[in-house]
Amino acid sequence: MSKSKKRHAETGKKLEGLAQVVVKSAKAKRDPGIEIPTRALSNSVYDERRKIITMGGAKQLRSFFNLGQAKKFMQTILIASGCKELNEQAKTTSIRDLFYHCKHTIEGTRENTFDDQSESDPIIEDLEVAIGSLREELGLFAENKGSMVGPMTIVDDGDTIDLRRMGSGGWSVPSIVEDDVIQFRKHEAQFILLIEKAAIWKRFNEDRFWQKHRCLIIHGGGQPPRGVRRLMYRMHSELNLPVYVLTDNDPWGYYIYSVVKQGSINLAFESQRMAVPKARFVGMSSFDVERFNISKSVTIALKDEDRSRAKEIMAYPWFAAKKEWQKEIEHMLKTGVKLELEALSSKDFSFITETYLPDKMRRKQWLD
Amino acid sequence: MKKPEKKTEVEADDPRPKRAAKPARRETAESMAAQQKEIAVSEFFAKNRHLLGFDNPRKALLTCVKEAVDNSLDACEEAGILPEVWVIIEPLNGGAKVNGNGTGNGNGNKGPGTAVPGLEANGKSEPPLKGLASSHAKKEDAAPTLMEVVHPEMNQPVAPSIANATRFRVTVRDNGPGIVRTQIPNVFGRLLYGSKFHRLRMSRGQQGIGISAAGMYGLLTTGQSVEIISRTARKKPAHRFELQMDTLKNRAEIIVDVEQEAWRMLPETRSGAGEVSGFNAWRNAVEAYERSPAPEDVEHGTEVSITLEGKFQRGRASVDEYLEQTAIANPHAQIHYVAPDGLQRLFPREVTEVPASPAAIKPHPYGVELGVLIRMLKETDHKHLGGFLREEFSRVSPPVAQEICDKAGLTTMTWCTQVAREEADRLHAAIQNTKIMAPPTNCLVPIGPQQILKGLLKEIKAEFYTAETRDPAVYRGNPFQIEVGLAYGGQLPADDSARVIRFANRVPLLYQPSACAITKSVLDMNWRNYAMSQPRNGLPEGPLVVFVHMASVWVPFTSESKEAIASYDEITKEVRLAIQECGRKLNAYIRKRQRIKREGERRHIFEKYIGEVVAACGKMIRVNKEQLYKQLQAIAKLRTAKADMDVDENGKPIRREEEDEIGSADNVLVIESNAGDAEEAAAPPPTVEPVKVAKPESKAPVGKPSKQTNLFGEAYN
Repeated sequence: MSKSKKRHAETGKKLEGLAQVVVKSAKAKRDPGIEIPTRALSNSVYDERRKIITMGGAKQLRSFFNLGQAKKFMQTILIASGCKELNEQAKTTSIRDLFYHCKHTIEGTRENTFDDQSESDPIIEDLEVAIGSLREELGLFAENKGSMVGPMTIVDDGDTIDLRRMGSGGWSVPSIVEDDVIQFRKHEAQFILLIEKAAIWKRFNEDRFWQKHRCLIIHGGGQPPRGVRRLMYRMHSELNLPVYVLTDNDPWGYYIYSVVKQGSINLAFESQRMAVPKARFVGMSSFDVERFNISKSVTIALKDEDRSRAKEIMAYPWFAAKKEWQKEIEHMLKTGVKLELEALSSKDFSFITETYLPDKMRRKQWLD
Repeated sequence: MKKPEKKTEVEADDPRPKRAAKPARRETAESMAAQQKEIAVSEFFAKNRHLLGFDNPRKALLTCVKEAVDNSLDACEEAGILPEVWVIIEPLNGGAKVNGNGTGNGNGNKGPGTAVPGLEANGKSEPPLKGLASSHAKKEDAAPTLMEVVHPEMNQPVAPSIANATRFRVTVRDNGPGIVRTQIPNVFGRLLYGSKFHRLRMSRGQQGIGISAAGMYGLLTTGQSVEIISRTARKKPAHRFELQMDTLKNRAEIIVDVEQEAWRMLPETRSGAGEVSGFNAWRNAVEAYERSPAPEDVEHGTEVSITLEGKFQRGRASVDEYLEQTAIANPHAQIHYVAPDGLQRLFPREVTEVPASPAAIKPHPYGVELGVLIRMLKETDHKHLGGFLREEFSRVSPPVAQEICDKAGLTTMTWCTQVAREEADRLHAAIQNTKIMAPPTNCLVPIGPQQILKGLLKEIKAEFYTAETRDPAVYRGNPFQIEVGLAYGGQLPADDSARVIRFANRVPLLYQPSACAITKSVLDMNWRNYAMSQPRNGLPEGPLVVFVHMASVWVPFTSESKEAIASYDEITKEVRLAIQECGRKLNAYIRKRQRIKREGERRHIFEKYIGEVVAACGKMIRVNKEQLYKQLQAIAKLRTAKADMDVDENGKPIRREEEDEIGSADNVLVIESNAGDAEEAAAPPPTVEPVKVAKPESKAPVGKPSKQTNLFGEAYN
């Protein structure tokens, strides 16, 4: 606990440092600026050895007296000040709550400091990279998104929870899943299955897939949030459980897998504590149409944005070197169709849990 | 007339057609001859009053005021007196529509002129020639005048009783030289009698028709005499005349001719009746008002009162607009105006110099038409053609006269009386084929850029003014000079089309804008070059007033009512060049203003965020907030100035020296205080709302609750 206390104090100091930048620059008649590591593809480096995306050294100076940056600078300082308050009061709050905390009308104008949470969320991420403190260290969390069930017992904030008895809804994965909040206890799981969407996850839960195949089934409501990714990382590294990813067959599904495996471009600085380079992609594949004789009538024609996104993904360094992946995406582009997981229901409601996935696992029909 | 009749008869197959159908002669040449007689000019105009601008009651009122004021200004300037003019319009009836009888003030004896057949003797409320010229005026009725735009308090709705009035008495008094007693009946009682027609000299009036025609119109429509009081010196008595026009003889019939000691008291020129508070505030600011003499103290001058049928309205093409624009083009004149509803306006004097007196010139040969040439040949005192050409025209030297005569196959010694129509024709052609020096231009007295600026400045609240006087030019042998002024921004309406105000020899032209060479030139300009937006084939849009003045010894009007200038290439070219000159300055100003605005906006953006940053920093660390605020503000100022110096919005480097010249350039006036839009009006300081302390809810009822209640006090279980 003393370690976390020390980090807590450090974070406070770092936040104060930002205010010092402003005061010192003002005194020296310089334009105050904050250096923010660039969170973009251009500044993401694929670490060949660790197989994860890391952040490069490029930084951007966010200065006050620059028309394009003035408002963002002001917002950054405001968010920092809000985090400082949290830090002083040793409280945590949601990023939405912080948005409201910092939102007000600027004196003498009709302009708001923030109009929308979509403005404050990236500023928080900027702040994280700028001072090198993670969101949870700033005392912030996101809304819970994602659920998990499986043959495992955990302790969540002191409460023991049996993930085998979570009913139809499952255990809601919190935003912060560090070991001071979540501890793992007894389990019989053999692997982790990340399912893209909640509806399919419910099918798996209802069919008691996790019981039959001894696994933890987890979903992130689309692109999995940081809490889900961090939890998978912890289970993977601490419990030595392999991770499998089941998504739609479209570029967005591929990218969900990519983020789980290598980390995201936007949050490249978090890859090392979230990415699971050994994660495997079990579906859906563009070859599944032939393999499982899926009717053409349930396929969806690719749109232009799908095609361009697919080509972008093909070109990412971590996909570029993988022949199987190149074949997979090329096949999608060639056939010109994408598939949703629900397409499998055209055969039978439980085709996915009873035939499709067990079949694939048995034949090791996955992509790495 | 008879031929067709004949035909039908033949076709009708009547055996004896001729005798049966031969009509009796209605008239014989002799009986017709008895009716053929001279028509007096005044009778002609009485029947064709639209030619002189008396188309409808509304226009008639304006024309009457205009003729009287123009005469007053001309007289004062010719005498070298700074004009001081009083214009009073009194309604003589009102309320419900009255047919104009019974409200006359005493001298209501109907003169012979009223008996002219075919004309309404008395005030009919409908204009007799409604459709002719009023179509465009009607369209603009609702639009406010320039001044009313700038001073909304002046855009007073006319009370219904005044709006319905059909009979007015127009009184115009000036401090001019006065008119000697013997000439008064001629000047005011005869058409085409005046000092201006027989000379080629720049003046407002050109023919000597105006005021007499106005008097005649008044007499025709109301039967009231024209009243004139004139005094030529302080020590001399004033003469008071009442005249009635005999339209058949084109002569004045003197009803009253008396000497009197003083002026009559003008109604309500000083008293407060009927004044409007908003206007009062404006007027009081004008010191000149207090310095101006009372109308009854004027030492010499002329007053003319005409009672006429009319209609009073404000807005476009109204008396108010005429006076406003007159004030712009005549900043040396001071005009006091009392409208029929008692609203007073003063158009103060801004320039204390009387414009130079223009010299009269002889006609230039190029401008003389064949008929005029023949008439001049007939009337000349010179015996020989050479002398005639040299002496009756300007710029004809002996060699030039020789050349003209040679080309025409005549000699300089040809007797003028010997020049027949055919020879005159050859002579006219020869003149056009001979190279003759342009006419002298000392006969032109432009208003001058400085005076235009002052005129615009005092009547239009803009922020940028510029003016340009072109060098004299010549059309068809007539020298002329074009002047242009632009007023931009300030209180001018930004979302309207630009206003074009047209002047000829300092007289505003209020009608027929679309027929005028000036409007055409303005429309033909590409205003986008001058930072203005302009719809296709339209006037530029924005807070702009375009002032165009043509000074000439002979302004080529398209009609006798002097409403539009004819399009000669030379004239449109000069207007275009003058506008271009002003446009360049306007463009530089607008660009500069845009840059300053951008700079201001930039600083504004920084300044509004500084407070936030300082407050946030203050929450994080201990800091002297006030000092930090000031330091950041200083950096913001430094940064914005520096950033703006480098490039403009297109990334082009700005040549600031050029722009900075604008304020100090010749013929440019910038009123910064009117340019109030650069900085957004500061919002009221945020009020600190008292923090509401939530009062604890009234406590749960003491005593034992019979049932268990939850947090909200509701029973459960």
